[in-house]
Amino acid sequence: METTTSATITVTVNGTTYEREVEARKLLIHFLRDDLDLTGSHVGCDTGNCGACSAIVDGTLVKTCMMLAVQADGSTVETVEGLADGDRLTKLQQAFSDHHALQCGYCTPGMLMSATALLRANPHPSEDEIRKGLQGNICRCTGYWNIVEAVKAASE
Amino acid sequence: MLLREVEYARPGTLEEAVALLAADDGARALAGGQTLVNVMKARAASPDALIDLNRIEELKGIELGADGTLEIGAMTTYSELVASSEARARPILGEVCAQIADVQVRNRGTLGGNVCSNDPTNHLPPLLVAVGAEFVVRGADGERTVPADEFFLGVYMTAVGPGEVLTRIRVPAGRGDGFASVTLGADGTCISNAAASVEDGVRVALGCVDAVPVLLRPASAGADAVRAAVREAGLEPPSDVHASAEYRTHLAEVLAVRAVDQASQRRS
Repeated sequence: METTTSATITVTVNGTTYEREVEARKLLIHFLRDDLDLTGSHVGCDTGNCGACSAIVDGTLVKTCMMLAVQADGSTVETVEGLADGDRLTKLQQAFSDHHALQCGYCTPGMLMSATALLRANPHPSEDEIRKGLQGNICRCTGYWNIVEAVKAASE
Repeated sequence: MLLREVEYARPGTLEEAVALLAADDGARALAGGQTLVNVMKARAASPDALIDLNRIEELKGIELGADGTLEIGAMTTYSELVASSEARARPILGEVCAQIADVQVRNRGTLGGNVCSNDPTNHLPPLLVAVGAEFVVRGADGERTVPADEFFLGVYMTAVGPGEVLTRIRVPAGRGDGFASVTLGADGTCISNAAASVEDGVRVALGCVDAVPVLLRPASAGADAVRAAVREAGLEPPSDVHASAEYRTHLAEVLAVRAVDQASQRRS
């Protein structure tokens, strides 16, 4: 086995399978945004703290700025673009809208993916569990109150 | 952030990983990447090659032996450990892993990566020293076992040498354990921490106060004995924006007592 600086990877994102040549140094977030033009996932801090780049890879919530694109070879990735069915928002997305769970919206894609992962694992979380489930996502606008309310509403 | 150009390989077996690491002085093992990828962005580390351990099955899994010994694969993530019924044999492990960073980091970050990076503020080095863990290291010449008090050598340095891979962490049976920390926000970086075990005498390991965990063996689990042991250690912790050396020394004493108290309550 030898090392290589680039590789061809096959990744299924939101139901569509893509085959692309990528450099080994490319982060998954840049692959999603720059190569696939899926700009819903955001780059916030680029240091693994803010969670704006969160996506679900093979059923597991990750920060895509701390994973290489080549590591996603053969994986199934879910991003915020995959949540709604056309104009039909998910219950969680509708709850974010109804409860004013965003102001500038920059953190929202990551918040939605983290909350989606949380509700799949735990459909009826307590407020503490919601806060713990979202601790990897930073919001500088809302003070989190309405985000927690929205997740609570979506879980009812 | 664009990383510096880097070579990459994703071996499927440990033999291949060891061979790849041995073949290139600039090669580094990529575990969960929750530290390494970020230090590569900052150019604080610039490995020439990343040997990705994520698809090596023999580095995963947790086994509980008949004598209660846990064998934890180095590539076990914090989330996998928290969810493991076997790991509940030594409950402190899951409790501490559940307070590392956040969901996403716990889903990717691994026990092996945590100890091999040996950041002095990490949770697991002092915990694994306190519980008397052993580390199984594989290289081209075979396998060796390193006790926890010899595993951590310096800041970011461990007994895992070039061309070697940490394969398993072995934790003996026991329940009389404690952990206490002061962190930056809930589940944040530790400013000071202490782990304790009262299974085999009293063992206290202090984190964040030196390059490696400081192992103390107080004469008893009493608060006075624990405080005396911390004072006798003559700690000279670093000062930084989060805490002065003096405050860290104070915290070390307080947290050591709390950790031993928790351990004693669970033992009895």
